[in-house]
Amino acid sequence: MEHSNIILKTAGLRKTFKVGFWGREVTALEGLDLEVKQGEVFGFLGPNGAGKTTTIKMLMGLIYPTSGQAWLFGRPIGDQESKARLGFLPESPYFYDYLTGLEFLQFYGHLFGLRGVTLEKRIDELLELVGMSHARHLQLRKFSKGMLQRVGIAQALINDPELVVLDEPMSGLDPVGRKEIRDLILCLKESGKTIFFSSHILHDAELLCDRVAIILKGRQVACGRVSELIDEGVAHSVEVVIDGLSPEGLARLRQLADRVIVQGPQVLAVLPSRQQVGPVLEIIRGAGATLVSLTPHKGSLEDLFIREVKNKQPELREAV
Amino acid sequence: MRILSIALNTFRENLREKLLYNLLFFALLMIGSSILLSRITLGDYHRLILDLGLASINLFGVLIAIFVGIGLVSKEVDRKTIYTIVSKPIPRYEFLLGKYCGLVITLLANTVVMVAGLLIVLQVMDVPITSLVFKSLALIFLELMVITAVAVLFSTFTSATLSAIFTLAVYVIGHLSGDLKEFAKKLDEVSQMVVNAIYYTLPNLERFNLKGHVIHHLDFGMTDMALSLTYGLTYSAFLLLLASVIFQRRDFQ
Repeated sequence: MEHSNIILKTAGLRKTFKVGFWGREVTALEGLDLEVKQGEVFGFLGPNGAGKTTTIKMLMGLIYPTSGQAWLFGRPIGDQESKARLGFLPESPYFYDYLTGLEFLQFYGHLFGLRGVTLEKRIDELLELVGMSHARHLQLRKFSKGMLQRVGIAQALINDPELVVLDEPMSGLDPVGRKEIRDLILCLKESGKTIFFSSHILHDAELLCDRVAIILKGRQVACGRVSELIDEGVAHSVEVVIDGLSPEGLARLRQLADRVIVQGPQVLAVLPSRQQVGPVLEIIRGAGATLVSLTPHKGSLEDLFIREVKNKQPELREAV
Repeated sequence: MRILSIALNTFRENLREKLLYNLLFFALLMIGSSILLSRITLGDYHRLILDLGLASINLFGVLIAIFVGIGLVSKEVDRKTIYTIVSKPIPRYEFLLGKYCGLVITLLANTVVMVAGLLIVLQVMDVPITSLVFKSLALIFLELMVITAVAVLFSTFTSATLSAIFTLAVYVIGHLSGDLKEFAKKLDEVSQMVVNAIYYTLPNLERFNLKGHVIHHLDFGMTDMALSLTYGLTYSAFLLLLASVIFQRRDFQ
């Protein structure tokens, strides 16, 4: 591959499944093109059933693409050498529940050829990192969902991977659990790892990701830096509250604002963009009124997400 | 080394399975009950103890091979535990071989316990322990290895329940396949070819049955023994190869 800092790349990745008795073909993923660079946190977003897990399974060598290609560390997917530099946490992970936390991590360590003191040290570090040192002798069947998720992340990190792939790491967790996983992801980023995770919880993605890709019904609808995507095509609305505005001032304000609500002496106006702020301030000065508050409204990933769903393809609406 | 790690993990998994101990308990109970039965038997009770003992080891071994064996792969797929293994740098065939070896180790441990039970009974009841008994036990174990390979093969492409049914069917047919060959002789040429093809495809499990030899003190030479060993090992290897090919192509959904 031409750029050495691109760790994960897909080109026209496509997957169809045959379902039902007659083998009806269903497209789970339609021509995905992605590039994930070294050291970034990349969010792979979409509603349930969008094709996120299908993509991740293809990248991990669990299912084979129908067409298209993908590379990890510049090697075609499924390559054993690139798998050695990879850590993976599946969605709602089910692990060998008859093992204790320690035995579980020892098993995965052995698969990478780690043994003896090196392995013990690594396990101690990982249990410490995910805050599970107390559960090393507890069987996994007695773990809570949050604990399983954390020991699952420890499992994904046993080989000190360069790329960590997490499938829905925050789903099914309570707010505290989600915060812990978020902190853990940031901690991994600080230690120089590249993180690729899927989620349908946009708030988490917004807090964590350098870049995101949004897919809907197997199609990629947006990809880029979170800030750029949010700004792109969105005129930021501004909310102004004014006290003691004269009737003439109010009339001029109505011409500029999207919406005006009068509540006693106060007027609340929603301006369509930042451009209207200057003229409105002049109106206030001219009318001798007082500016109570001015709140710029920042777009969120959620706005973008809903806009994409509504605009791009009407048939996708049912997906959300 | 990785195959060994997976094998040992499978062995550990099996050891924590309650079903295994239930089966083992009943096997020992059956072997032990031959002492009681011999008291109410007229004439040669040696035969009864040997027959019942060897049959118990065979039957319970097969039950363990089937009911623990089918869970080997299909349970890993159903419970998605396989996701974390296949995403590691481990070729799929190594995973499969590891699972197979793990169950063979489990079966070996179980067979050792059951054989110990049988030897105690034979000793207590003053039944002579001949080399033929050990040859018979070795071939029973070989049969278990073949059955396990059958269970692994089925569980690479179908559900746990169906694998159990198919494996049980292969076990039953495998013991009756001699009749199949006799049956073919009475058919027209085309049907004969079809039935013969089935006969040669399915395992001939009667090759591993020495109970008649043990009871009637018939000799079973080293050449025969070597032939049976070669047949069992080759057949298992072929099944595992086929299982690996299927498993390699499979999508884990």
